[in-house]
Amino acid sequence: MPELKPGDAIPEYKVTPDKYLPHRYAGASGDFNPIHIDPEFARAVGLPGNILHGLWMMAQVARGAAQLAKGDPRALKRLSVQFRDMGFPEQELVVSGTVKEAANGRVVIEMAAAQGDNQVIRNAEAEVSVS
Amino acid sequence: MPRIAPPMPVKSDAVGKRWPAVTYEVGAEKIREFADAIEAPNPVHRDHDAAKAAGFRDLVAPPMFCVVYSARAMGPAILDPEVGINLATMLHGSQEFEWEEPVCDGDVIETTASCIEIYEKGGMGFYVFETVSTNQDGGQTVKGVWTNIVRGE
Repeated sequence: MPELKPGDAIPEYKVTPDKYLPHRYAGASGDFNPIHIDPEFARAVGLPGNILHGLWMMAQVARGAAQLAKGDPRALKRLSVQFRDMGFPEQELVVSGTVKEAANGRVVIEMAAAQGDNQVIRNAEAEVSVS
Repeated sequence: MPRIAPPMPVKSDAVGKRWPAVTYEVGAEKIREFADAIEAPNPVHRDHDAAKAAGFRDLVAPPMFCVVYSARAMGPAILDPEVGINLATMLHGSQEFEWEEPVCDGDVIETTASCIEIYEKGGMGFYVFETVSTNQDGGQTVKGVWTNIVRGE
């Protein structure tokens, strides 16, 4: 990858969670909150349907950042996110980022994730080791 | 006329409180299951030899696997009546992780949660917790800052 400098966009990372992804993530993570896996329950508490786990969406932001280091699990040093809106299965999630700082083999990226116009994660910041 | 949010009284007695450490034993199949669920493609999450060839002690977890072992320590904190969170109106507001030592198959991770801040802003209660996780060698694997937001009635 060419040398990154402040203001550079990183490659977008796109993923579409299938209908049953929240069930698999519930099992993998241990978070069985019914708002994520039971559409009827979700509607009963006023949601449009079952919603994605915020931490699954955060994991996709982590993947978007780790692309800079070919997915090396040692590369991601820090990630902070704000959950700003609900995400839904069967809609494409687009993770984007802009380099804020790049020096001494460390890159700080300002990141976000959206489904269409719906910004589900905003004001995210990742620090990645690219040495 | 704009609606002004009524103040949401919060009690901050629990700031500084720590809960007992929670232990988690990491296993290969759990790492593979989690890597599949977040679609992390790197073979170091699935294949022992690939992980060792890449310099890891053994099959290595994706960074966000930290939620599997550290979220368990958050349960007692969120449910503690001294904290006083109304779970019915709680949202996960923001999250931060800082990673250090990689987590591998066979590791035993201990996580301690503490309450670092409780405040009211814009008619909502903000409850901020920290988790610190260490492995069997005393190496810190991750520090998490969890902010839960409770809407007023």
